[in-house]
Amino acid sequence: MPCTTQDVIAALCAGAKTITEHRDELVRLDRSIGDADHGENMDRGFRAVVAQLDSAPPETPAAALKLVGTTLISSVGGASGPLYGTAFLRAASALGETAELDGSVLVGALQAGMEGVEARGKAVTGDKTMIDALSPAVEAAKASAESGAGAATVLAAAADAAHTGAETTESLVARKGRASYLGERSAGHVDPGARSTALLLAAFAEAGEAGGAAGAAR
Amino acid sequence: MSVGLVIVAHSGRLAEGVVELAAQMAPEVRVVAAGGLPDGATGTDFEMVSAALSDADSGSGAVLLYDLGSAQMTAELAVESLGDPSSAIVAEAPLVEGAVAAAVAAQGGSGLEAVARAATDAVSAESTGAEQASEATGAEQSSAHPVGADEEATGTAEVREELVLTNEIGLHARPAALLTRTLTGLEATVTVSLGDTEADASSVLGVMGLGARKGDRIVLRATGRDARQAVQRIVDLAARGFDE
Repeated sequence: MPCTTQDVIAALCAGAKTITEHRDELVRLDRSIGDADHGENMDRGFRAVVAQLDSAPPETPAAALKLVGTTLISSVGGASGPLYGTAFLRAASALGETAELDGSVLVGALQAGMEGVEARGKAVTGDKTMIDALSPAVEAAKASAESGAGAATVLAAAADAAHTGAETTESLVARKGRASYLGERSAGHVDPGARSTALLLAAFAEAGEAGGAAGAAR
Repeated sequence: MSVGLVIVAHSGRLAEGVVELAAQMAPEVRVVAAGGLPDGATGTDFEMVSAALSDADSGSGAVLLYDLGSAQMTAELAVESLGDPSSAIVAEAPLVEGAVAAAVAAQGGSGLEAVARAATDAVSAESTGAEQASEATGAEQSSAHPVGADEEATGTAEVREELVLTNEIGLHARPAALLTRTLTGLEATVTVSLGDTEADASSVLGVMGLGARKGDRIVLRATGRDARQAVQRIVDLAARGFDE
């Protein structure tokens, strides 16, 4: 079941909804090791994304992701703006003119997004950042796509791996960003960026499944 | 037109303070603040940085300096989003010393990359001096001067001069900047010492840090191809009372 522009927009709106629902949780996580603004910043950013998607609906999946990237860069504030912004912009570039995403195209976009975050944040796996959720997500998506899975299944695999990856950040000591100033005291808390990454991918995957079910019923 | 500077900081007042300081040293350089969020909260704003960048670049490019991690990301994004990303450089440098050093280099007419390098090299005066000294030694060993390479031409001879400061404020900000600027374009490693304290003459804050006042005797030491000229320029500058 390929994934159309409409499916991508639906997934992005689902992502925005989940960020709003988990706003307080992200604030709480960030209060422990950061400056307590991640939930608020992400919520503001994704509300702006939904407003943009409503006012000027994009015509290709790439255009949708590009719009998300530029909107997040301008409206999030704090480090997650440039990081998520870069991820969506790079994913958009990887899609090119593709009108419908299949599993392997999706993997390419995820991978490009992750590489963008790595380049921008200069973080690697184990630094207690969103990379710890993104990197296993990309690996799981790859494995899933290689076994011939479609977009929805690939996304579901990515979301599961991101969730597990985010959980593993609890025991890590931060080496990047504000949390790194805490040193050893940063251990014992899930990284807010890894958590928001996992939340977004889970929302995208759920939307993908719903889209697939709707498509099958059509 | 000189290279412009953009100061990206989480606080508007911090960015403006750095701009104020840099402007004192380099009055003709366009230094633009991009600090804080539009509503005055702390953070960095992509749109504001992009606008500052186009404001600072009057044709010769711009160098961006930042305070903390996410300001660096915003600055890099703003550069990547330019029509010509090679027209601006994000310098990994200490904000205050880097901005001052870059402003002085820009005022002296240095190009984009040289201004960025001036910022990057703007660590403490002492360590900069040591690095430059070792670089100079390396260059001498590797460069094979075929004939007529006398001591002065290879820069092994040290030119030394002492002078007494006669101007009212000594080596305070403006005179220190003038001293550093007067060496622009010369191939020389110059130090200024007051008593036991030595500063790299290419570091404005290093020279200021000597705290040399009116009546103090300073020692200039220079090596390199233009060593003699470098010392002479400083002597002339001091003789003019740093144009006060």
